Amino acid sequence: MAYSDKVVDHYQHPRNVGSMNQSAPDVGTGIVGAPECGDVMKLQIQVDDDNRIIDAKFKTFGCGSAIASSSLATEWVKGRTLDQALQIRNTEIVKELALPPVKIHCSVLAEDAVRAAIADVKKKRERAEADKETVSTK
Amino acid sequence: MRAVYLDNNATTPVEPRVLEAMLPYYREHFGNAASRNHRYGWIAEEAVDKAREQVAKVIGASSKEIIWTSGATEGNNTAILGVARMYAEKGKHMVTCKIEHKAVIDPCKFLETQGYEVTWLDPDQTGCVSVDQVRDAIREDTILVSLMFANNEIGTIHPIPEIGSLCKEKGVLFHTDATQAFGKIPIDVEAMGIDLLTMSAHKIYGPKGAGAVYVRRRKPRVRLQPIIYGGGHERGIRSGTLNVPGVVGCGAAAEIALQEMPTESVRIARLRDRLWAGLNEQLSDITMNGHPEHRLPNTLNVSFLYIEGESLMMGISDIAVSSGSACTSASLEPSYVLKGLGLGEDLAHSSIRFSLGRFTTQEDIDYTIDQVVEAVNHLREMSPLYEMAQAGVDPSTAEWQRH
Ligand SMILES: Cc1ncc(COP(=O)(O)O)c(C=O)c1O
Repeated sequence: MAYSDKVVDHYQHPRNVGSMNQSAPDVGTGIVGAPECGDVMKLQIQVDDDNRIIDAKFKTFGCGSAIASSSLATEWVKGRTLDQALQIRNTEIVKELALPPVKIHCSVLAEDAVRAAIADVKKKRERAEADKETVSTK
Repeated sequence: MRAVYLDNNATTPVEPRVLEAMLPYYREHFGNAASRNHRYGWIAEEAVDKAREQVAKVIGASSKEIIWTSGATEGNNTAILGVARMYAEKGKHMVTCKIEHKAVIDPCKFLETQGYEVTWLDPDQTGCVSVDQVRDAIREDTILVSLMFANNEIGTIHPIPEIGSLCKEKGVLFHTDATQAFGKIPIDVEAMGIDLLTMSAHKIYGPKGAGAVYVRRRKPRVRLQPIIYGGGHERGIRSGTLNVPGVVGCGAAAEIALQEMPTESVRIARLRDRLWAGLNEQLSDITMNGHPEHRLPNTLNVSFLYIEGESLMMGISDIAVSSGSACTSASLEPSYVLKGLGLGEDLAHSSIRFSLGRFTTQEDIDYTIDQVVEAVNHLREMSPLYEMAQAGVDPSTAEWQRH
């Protein structure tokens, strides 16, 4: 089974590889998968005050299609609002990368990673809001 | 771009000398070896008999004990099912191990559905089953022990002579799938107490679709119920017109393998060790799978921690290797052989098998080292597991969201 040109391109030139400070208030981190299943994705987003994703990074342990799926996901989330980023569907990743049926789970994992990162930053924001309220009511 | 083939345990190219030997049997000597009454048949039969001698010689057998098959899958089925059916009166128990090739596992599993009982031995972490394990497993009603000579994924070699003499002592037949060992390391069916042995031509620079099973004729005389019925060829054990060119190729390949074994096994082992040393020198966190010493001279199986095997294969795409990673198998399960060693599934996902061969050169190995090191570094740069390990967190003890 040969890889599509786009998968090869993402593999050879992955976009946005790296890590952000996981504890920063404006950073959301999604870590999905498990080593014994053969893939782990860590996807991070940095969000401005208007809920817009201004930067994204990833690190992935997995096959070429898993690497390409997460690399593509970081490209796609950048510049979107959190709500817009939640619209990204794994089927779009499958189409863009021409993934074969056995690799669909890679795209699912990338979608999950985006959702997990968004949920993480939202949770941080809610907690910050709650803390602010407790401070102001003191 | 150069192309390097390091997947010789999967298959090998046909050696030019072997092909030369085969060609006349497609052309002018096309006769049926079973045609007893004309020259065409005699010439074919003569060639088949010569090939029988050539294969027998590699394992110290007599040519009468060689039965031609279509390869090792058929050979293993012939031996295992043949013994099971012929000796069912005596007992219905067999002993084998969990990391055999599927061509042994599946006929044994089939027998389990037919009222037979199979003891599946667990190998140790090097892939070895001990004589004591076999001794403990043998019962009154055991009719067969089937253990591979050398494992195809990790190359570990079983203590065959010890298991053979145990089987003799217990009066149990001993079959060994020697597909990977035949022609690579010395085998002597007499000294090693082997009753049945499987080989395949395409692993030793012969053609695909040809092979043989050795069936002992004396002390004891092993009898097999055939799995293929028909014209009664091959002592009634394997009916069907012989693939004469394939048989000739199998014989020629066996003869060359035997001739070159003393020099080739040393040359190849040296290259394999050079490969391991080169990788080990330039990369941290790699482990060798299989037995460090009792191993085929051509096989090196390595787990590259924190990266996944298929992605590594993608990074070295002009080098042909294989991986125990789930992503390279149709079933999405990682290698049952590496899992069977009890080393954890993550090591299986990260494994690559390099299997060297007659046409492997030192340049191939040096090129492979460079390419693998580069790809591993590239992949670790983007591995969250490597990042964790660098930060002092052991990924194997972390909490994961399983899917
Ligand atoms: C140990 C072992 N047994 C059996 C086989 C099957 O051999 P064949 O391809 O000749 O059927 C192989 C090869 O894949 C093997 O490595």
